Amino acid sequence: MREDKTLAQALESRGVSRRAFLKYASYVATLMALPPSASRVIAEELAKARRQSVIWLSFQECTGCTESITRSMSPTLEDLIFDFISLDYHHTLQAVSGAAAEHARTEAMKANKGKYIVVVDGSVPLKDGGVYSTIAGITNLDMLKETAKDAFAVVSVGTCAAFGGIPHANPNPTGAVAISEIITDKPVVNIPGCPPIPEAMTGTLAYLLSFGKLPELDAKGRPLAFFGETIHDRCYRRPFYERGMFANSFDDEGARKGWCLYKVGCKGPIAYNACATLKWNGGASFPIQSGHGCLGCSEPGFWDKGGFYEPLAAATAKLDIGVGAAAVAGVAAGAAAAELMRRKKSAAVDAANSKKKDG
Amino acid sequence: MDLLDFARGPALQIGLYVFAFGVAFRLASLLLLPRLKDLSAARKGAPGAVVASGREIIRRMWPQSVYAEATRFTTINGYIFHLGLAIIVFLGTPHILFLKGLIGVSWPGLPTNIINGVAVITFLSLIAALVHRLQSPVLKAISTANDYITWLVTMLPVATGLLAISHLGWRYETLLAVHILSIAVFLIWFPFGKLMHAFLIFLSRGTTGAHLAHRGAQL
Repeated sequence: MREDKTLAQALESRGVSRRAFLKYASYVATLMALPPSASRVIAEELAKARRQSVIWLSFQECTGCTESITRSMSPTLEDLIFDFISLDYHHTLQAVSGAAAEHARTEAMKANKGKYIVVVDGSVPLKDGGVYSTIAGITNLDMLKETAKDAFAVVSVGTCAAFGGIPHANPNPTGAVAISEIITDKPVVNIPGCPPIPEAMTGTLAYLLSFGKLPELDAKGRPLAFFGETIHDRCYRRPFYERGMFANSFDDEGARKGWCLYKVGCKGPIAYNACATLKWNGGASFPIQSGHGCLGCSEPGFWDKGGFYEPLAAATAKLDIGVGAAAVAGVAAGAAAAELMRRKKSAAVDAANSKKKDG
Repeated sequence: MDLLDFARGPALQIGLYVFAFGVAFRLASLLLLPRLKDLSAARKGAPGAVVASGREIIRRMWPQSVYAEATRFTTINGYIFHLGLAIIVFLGTPHILFLKGLIGVSWPGLPTNIINGVAVITFLSLIAALVHRLQSPVLKAISTANDYITWLVTMLPVATGLLAISHLGWRYETLLAVHILSIAVFLIWFPFGKLMHAFLIFLSRGTTGAHLAHRGAQL
């Protein structure tokens, strides 16, 4: 693709009509809860947009995020947008390897100084000097700092990059941290999920291309348009929750009838994500629709919340031996207090008796 | 560790430790107190201690007719919020799951909307109890900080639970964390404040009944 081509020209050359493009702009505006007038702005600005340089860094991750974003049932406009960006560096997708790959990264940084976007999936290990994950002999920490230095914005894709994710899970042997803990002087957008929803990624990218600024974010750095409501709020099984109709196991009557999965560990009430509305695989389904509770994978520390099949209402505190020991200590202290009182009383009686005798 | 993780884990664990220690301490220190032996013979026809205790406990479930009018509000309102609290705690599904996590036993719950309705009634009843306490000159005069703290730590779980289910104020997970923290505070205050009456009320009424029956009172 020629570097000077605009998105409108690129799409036209691929046979995408203006009507389809306007429909996409409206879709993005709706997806991101923007006012109707925004769809016109998106269409105009996206059409004028030139190829955006993107450097994609993969650190401690499983490639599931890349799988999620690149895999689609049929070619869509989102894919074309994804194709449109200049993905100058990506381990999994790039053809070159070794020194040539690293050269592509440094060249892209030089050529697009201050304008490129850094997309990161995976967390960064800090323990023992970050030796647990290196690329071309460079630690993830050094590569991230070097690459993000002249970036326009950093997008953390997936829960590992956004919040540390699975590498960060207890006992966190590599000292894994989220990107936002390292990059503190640049805007960082978090698009968590294990993996994240493709539309959340492309929608955010389309917003960046259209408006040249970050979308509205929540306190955890996530675009409010996709992470503004909980799964529970938008779940089609919610009426069963209100009526007290629950699946007690994955093969009982409640499960077969599609009742609420709260009792079998669904974390929907505390998971902010768009799974229940956008769904997966072209809107075919999402985990709860397929009969499994939400794991809350778009939330920090989702791996350490007391078990996927433990209900949210169950405490991680337990009636352990410490509680028994506390009770035994209580009885001992109570007995000591009673004994003290008995002695006090005996002393008072003895004193009264001797006074009587003396008198 | 976020606030919800802290609430579900360390905060509740500390609450359980203090609760277990405190309740055991209070009960042991009371039950092991030296007591004077009653050497007198029981009045003729006096029932045994167990029967007398049971009768007194049942009799005091409702005020005597001479006091009925004066204590009507306290009695009825007291029943409303006590029953309300029992329904919420023991028949609300999330609470049953919470208890199951601790003791390993569960039972069927009521629909969420019914629990919500009961919670609203309980909330209003607790407000009414406070207003009554503040408006009654006698009650106000004999009230101490213990009474107001006890009211507060009872009210907080109800209020925060209502906020959480209504999604009012903070985000749900924050409200849920605050709700669980209020339970931890409740557990910590329980043995040392007037909430301990949950353990002592029947003990004291039963003891009084046995004592009075021994002396010939018609119960």
